[in-house]
Amino acid sequence: MAKTRAKSKKKTSSRSKKDNALLLVATRKGAWIFRGDAARKQWSSDGPHFLGQIINHMVLDPRDGKTLLATASTGHLGPTIFRSTNMGKSWQESPKPPAFKKKEGGRTVKQTFWLTPAHANEPNVWYAGTSPQGLFRSEDGGVTWNEFSGLNDDPQYREWMGTEQDGTPDGPKLHSVIIDPRDPKHLYFAMSGGGVHETLDGGQHWKPLIEGMEVVAGFDPKTVTFHDPHCVRLCPSNPDRLYQQNHCGIYRLDRPAKVWKRIGKAMPAKIGDVGFPMVVHPHDDQRCWVLPMDGQTVWPRTSVNGEPAIYVTSNGGRSWTRLDGGLPKTQAWWTVKRQAFAADRGAPVGLYFGTTSGELWASRSEGKSWTCIARHLPEIYAVETADL
Amino acid sequence: MTKVLIASPLRSYTGADEVEADGGTLGALLKDLDARYPGIRFRMIDEQDQVRRHMRIFINGEPVKQLSHVLKSSDEICIVQALSGG
Repeated sequence: MAKTRAKSKKKTSSRSKKDNALLLVATRKGAWIFRGDAARKQWSSDGPHFLGQIINHMVLDPRDGKTLLATASTGHLGPTIFRSTNMGKSWQESPKPPAFKKKEGGRTVKQTFWLTPAHANEPNVWYAGTSPQGLFRSEDGGVTWNEFSGLNDDPQYREWMGTEQDGTPDGPKLHSVIIDPRDPKHLYFAMSGGGVHETLDGGQHWKPLIEGMEVVAGFDPKTVTFHDPHCVRLCPSNPDRLYQQNHCGIYRLDRPAKVWKRIGKAMPAKIGDVGFPMVVHPHDDQRCWVLPMDGQTVWPRTSVNGEPAIYVTSNGGRSWTRLDGGLPKTQAWWTVKRQAFAADRGAPVGLYFGTTSGELWASRSEGKSWTCIARHLPEIYAVETADL
Repeated sequence: MTKVLIASPLRSYTGADEVEADGGTLGALLKDLDARYPGIRFRMIDEQDQVRRHMRIFINGEPVKQLSHVLKSSDEICIVQALSGG
């Protein structure tokens, strides 16, 4: 098991005696930890960790406040998971990272793409989503991982997952693993492609949850495979409400209803409602933020017209307001990936996103104004917040 | 014991560019290598026991993909990452 110490990592910029905000930034070439002062105005960076490795996700366990997991791979080496309990001073590699079972025609995990700590009443339990699509669970704080629930070999689900050729160019992904805070057996996950799914019995049975979601013109929306949810989030203040950014629009679902409502129709027509990330307000289920991208023609996946902006709704998606204070006004052709936009639990809520061009942006005004707090990082894949 | 040359991306496991491991087949040798340097095997051999797409293993200069390949103690193993990417 590789134990690493990030000898090359450097701390830059000033920091307050009272640090209480944490940003976990995963990139195509390593990971960084940013620590903010109480005002979330001064930030110090700690990194790179795992320089040169592809880090798809880095998450701190909110239940113990110290277990930090990072998914890693390189262009050549297979995927693994690193674990730290001292905020990245040292890392230990999982002796048993997510892997499909060996069998004739068996699949191979290319990347562990997504990490979710489980229910508060299940300490040390984590879930992981992989590319190609697979769902895994750890019951020892991320040290060892096993396939979860039989889903990975279920013939129906394998059909819905499609082949790698059916997936996105970086590989089809299982993501947005969500645990109902009221019930550890009630889970959701999403697949790009392959739809949104739900279990009420801890993974013994799963059902698609795709009604109301649209698919690319010419295809049948009843076919689960054709659905491409990019990011699904549950509102912490109302666990019956889900928001979704999809390949084909922005949606809201209020349980126990099973039909998604396309709330992106209320977005300005010239902007559209295509994007990757979805961020929900920690205390207000009427509010969420998206970051639209250009989904026309060959899908440039850039900001629309090179003019990046956040859009917020304060009424559950009936209307949207553009927020671009401090963001570049022109010729900014980056976008933000599905895990790279996050909110903290401050008042007002702090928002943070990382761009494909390696910039890290922060807002202390719930998106009204933005400040770039880091530049020249590698392509950012994920940004997560945590409280120290 | 068989001499094994280690590709640079894997030296965080071994701490050296040349190590020794034991085994009558390539698969057994890689298992022994993993016992000495935990985690190293999975980063070059996938869960279906295939050499990963961009990794290569040479035995006495010849590329080998079969883990069942029988080894002699005089063999020299070289693990490299394929020349791919930019």
